[in-house]
Amino acid sequence: MSIQAIEATVVRVPRSALVPEQGAAVLLPSGKSAAVFMLHDGSVHAVGNLDPFYGAPVICHGIVGDRSGAPTVASPLGKQVFCLRTGACLDDGTVSLPVFPVAADDDMIHLSIPVHEAETDALTS
Amino acid sequence: MTVPERTLPGKTVPGKTVPKRVVVVGHGMVGHRFVEALLARDTAGAWGITVLSEEPRPAYDRVALSSVFDGADEMSLRLPALDAARVDLRLGVRAESVDRAARVVRTGDGERIGYDELVLATGSYPFVPPVPGHDAPGCFVYRTLDDLAAIKKLCSSGAGVVIGGGLLGLEAANALRLLGLDPHVVEMAPHLMAVQVDAGGGALLGRLVTDLGVTVHCGIGTARVLTDPASGQASGVELTDGTVISASVVVFATGVRPRDQLARDMGVAIGPRGGVVVNEACRSVSDERVWAIGEVACADGVVYGLVAPGYAMAETVADRLAGGAAAFSGADLSAKLKLLGVDVASFGDAHGRTPGALCVTLNDPVRRAYGKLVISDDAATLLGGILVGDAGRYPMLRALVGSPLPADPSALLAPEGAGASGDGGAGLAGLPDSAQVCSCNAVTKGDLLTAITSGAARDVAGLAACTRAGTGCGSCVPALKQLLGVAGVAQSTAICEHLRASRAELYEIIGGAGIRTFTELITRYGRGRGCDICKPAVASILASLHTGDHILDGERGALQDTNDRHLANMQRNGTYSVVPRIPGGEITPAKLMVIARVAEDFGLYTKITGGQRIDLLGARLEQLPLIWKRLTDAGFESGHAYGKALRTVKSCVGSAWCRYGVQDSVGLAIELELRYRGLRSPHKLKGGVSGCARECAEARSKDFGVIATENGWNLYVGGNGGFRPRHAELLVADVPTDELITIIDRFLMFYIRTADRLQRTAAWIESMDGGLEHLRDVIVADRLGICADLDAAMARHVADYRDEWKAVLADPQRLARFASFVNAPAAPDPAISFTVERGQKIPNRPLLPLEVL
Repeated sequence: MSIQAIEATVVRVPRSALVPEQGAAVLLPSGKSAAVFMLHDGSVHAVGNLDPFYGAPVICHGIVGDRSGAPTVASPLGKQVFCLRTGACLDDGTVSLPVFPVAADDDMIHLSIPVHEAETDALTS
Repeated sequence: MTVPERTLPGKTVPGKTVPKRVVVVGHGMVGHRFVEALLARDTAGAWGITVLSEEPRPAYDRVALSSVFDGADEMSLRLPALDAARVDLRLGVRAESVDRAARVVRTGDGERIGYDELVLATGSYPFVPPVPGHDAPGCFVYRTLDDLAAIKKLCSSGAGVVIGGGLLGLEAANALRLLGLDPHVVEMAPHLMAVQVDAGGGALLGRLVTDLGVTVHCGIGTARVLTDPASGQASGVELTDGTVISASVVVFATGVRPRDQLARDMGVAIGPRGGVVVNEACRSVSDERVWAIGEVACADGVVYGLVAPGYAMAETVADRLAGGAAAFSGADLSAKLKLLGVDVASFGDAHGRTPGALCVTLNDPVRRAYGKLVISDDAATLLGGILVGDAGRYPMLRALVGSPLPADPSALLAPEGAGASGDGGAGLAGLPDSAQVCSCNAVTKGDLLTAITSGAARDVAGLAACTRAGTGCGSCVPALKQLLGVAGVAQSTAICEHLRASRAELYEIIGGAGIRTFTELITRYGRGRGCDICKPAVASILASLHTGDHILDGERGALQDTNDRHLANMQRNGTYSVVPRIPGGEITPAKLMVIARVAEDFGLYTKITGGQRIDLLGARLEQLPLIWKRLTDAGFESGHAYGKALRTVKSCVGSAWCRYGVQDSVGLAIELELRYRGLRSPHKLKGGVSGCARECAEARSKDFGVIATENGWNLYVGGNGGFRPRHAELLVADVPTDELITIIDRFLMFYIRTADRLQRTAAWIESMDGGLEHLRDVIVADRLGICADLDAAMARHVADYRDEWKAVLADPQRLARFASFVNAPAAPDPAISFTVERGQKIPNRPLLPLEVL
């Protein structure tokens, strides 16, 4: 069994496409989407875009902030708050968002998407 | 000694103490409370906890079940999640049997789980009387979310019958009513809720619920359930006097019985009417490793059917397992309930069973309130009472039970404000420290004062955290607030953890210091990076103060809440609705055709709104600019349906057409709507103008409502529909149009400056010291000398107004926000799909990730 990091597809997004503290949806090869957030300090986080409470692809439209210092995004539908580092829902311990590893340089954000998320190769930019 | 077989989630580490295992059977409100209580006490991690839940979902607030039909969703009923790291919660797993000798629970799927202590919290099951036909399809009980789902599936229209007129029966009747059925309630006793209230209270309750559309049949039994001969489906009931009620749904709410089969099979002692016989520790009298709490326990011969005693038992067992010596010594059955919106409360010796007890009754048919106090034979001590129709006095009266009467009993029953103790706070101040304020959690006034004076609690949330007061039924929350006031604690007005100021203070800070960005504000006056509470509030204030800026420009775009963020209302599936402004509800056929063509071309669902305009639903994010291009080209502009802003000014046709109209209501409504369009405010704002006193525009249900008179206009303020409907109150009468507009200008600007976040005008006026009189002093008589400021602020708003959507379409940077994906800007999201209902598309209900559990 190989380790998971190898079984991943990399999806790239130019940093210039991101606005600080405003999420953006990134279409994944599977047809699902990731919500990518660049914080005020330039750090980048990526989580699953599907709101687990409504099943709607909207997490990227949530308000970014912090709870006791940890960076968060609030679902735009039900306002449940998720930790951007762990994906954990801070208002409901039974729920979390998937977190995608991010490598970011000055120009480009690289998201590692596990292969089971990437059923087809189409649309990878 | 037999070593029980264990399937523990934790690992056994040699040399370390293995935690003892408690298995909880049942994850209802009481089982949940037990686990919370044990976790709170067991800080050392001495206990491993396994919870078996037969229902496929974690514990939820069963008491609020019918709210599911009143807009609440399942998630909002859920109790706070248990710490997954410390609790092994097995959903959909039933305990089949228990081997007490081996201390092993066997589950439905054959797993064997060892225990050191076993807590039974299986609750109760609905008792269905064996009337013929009771098991026909279409007959239901009312206990779980699944029961509700089954009822909802079958319900269409017509009548529904509830057998049983107690607490649960009236809850079920409310559920049927919310589903659109005409509910009938059949009760064997001579009046409703015979356990809690007496004949007088029951009679008023019957009248109040009849007014709400419930048909009440009391003092009569059910002979049989009628069935449709073809389908076998229930088609109604026949009562013992031969009356037939046709109905598509029959719900039995005739009481509950302890769910004690597992305990019976285990061979522990069972009470005469069921329930596990337990001692004062809530421990089975047959097995010291078995405990029972809630409705499955029989304590001192009593099986309690309310949640508060169950909570007390849960706390008792948790304390015992943590090494304490807590005892459960019977429970207070006092309760305050809201049934079909009617307050019902009974407390202490409500039925006057104490020898020699005296009763004082106040039956007020005008106020539609009934109150009874039971007092000791020397008329010195309050023993109990009943309140129907208005239970505002309940927290104070219940806390007084067993105490000397502080005032004449009839004064205690008099309407608020009329009697000597009109001030509830003064009543609380007179209570002894031993008086219970929160009966759900047995918290006394003394406990609360200790929490306040020690500095541990500074507000209601703090009191809840320290003592749990207010976390049950919530009826004592007003009393908690009063108590904080009595103890001299100023309530915190901080908006959130990031900004320690109220909204009104923020308005002054931002205006006074000339702040233009959130970063500047939070760096100078707050901490952290903000949240979904403070960011939209600051965005609204910035929009009110800097009327020339676009709300999506620069950093401001990231502050906007869900709907403002894309100038459209986000719907449950992530698509948006589009509402063009139709001032006053007046529209030409040509413009109607534009809306129709846009809706057809983009495949949008259309619906007429309550504000006399048209909602176009189902637009994808990337379609919004294309839709708005078509609409703005045809002369439409944003309707701000997405904003905490002016929505519409509704009107009747007025004097131009109507035989009764005395003024041009449409003309004024259009003038007002265009004047205030785009005005950002603490909450949404609605207006209305009626052309005569018949009030067809329903202006008095609006924040500002104008009604034409022979001599001018009457202005009413502070009305709203919604959760707590309220009629607007008369501010000024018979004023000419220019004066009317000046006063509305000031009313709105004063509201924008001083209201709290998400506070409608009604609550704002209520919270104002001096209320409507004070408001009149400020904005009509200019007692504070701020009217020139208010007028100037409104003049700025009117001069700077630009259509937000037109401004987006003209600017490529703003348009970039409307890309569906950064890497595929115009691709429709494959996760969004629709189905068709009644000839129009609606969102497909996705299988929620949560439901996969």
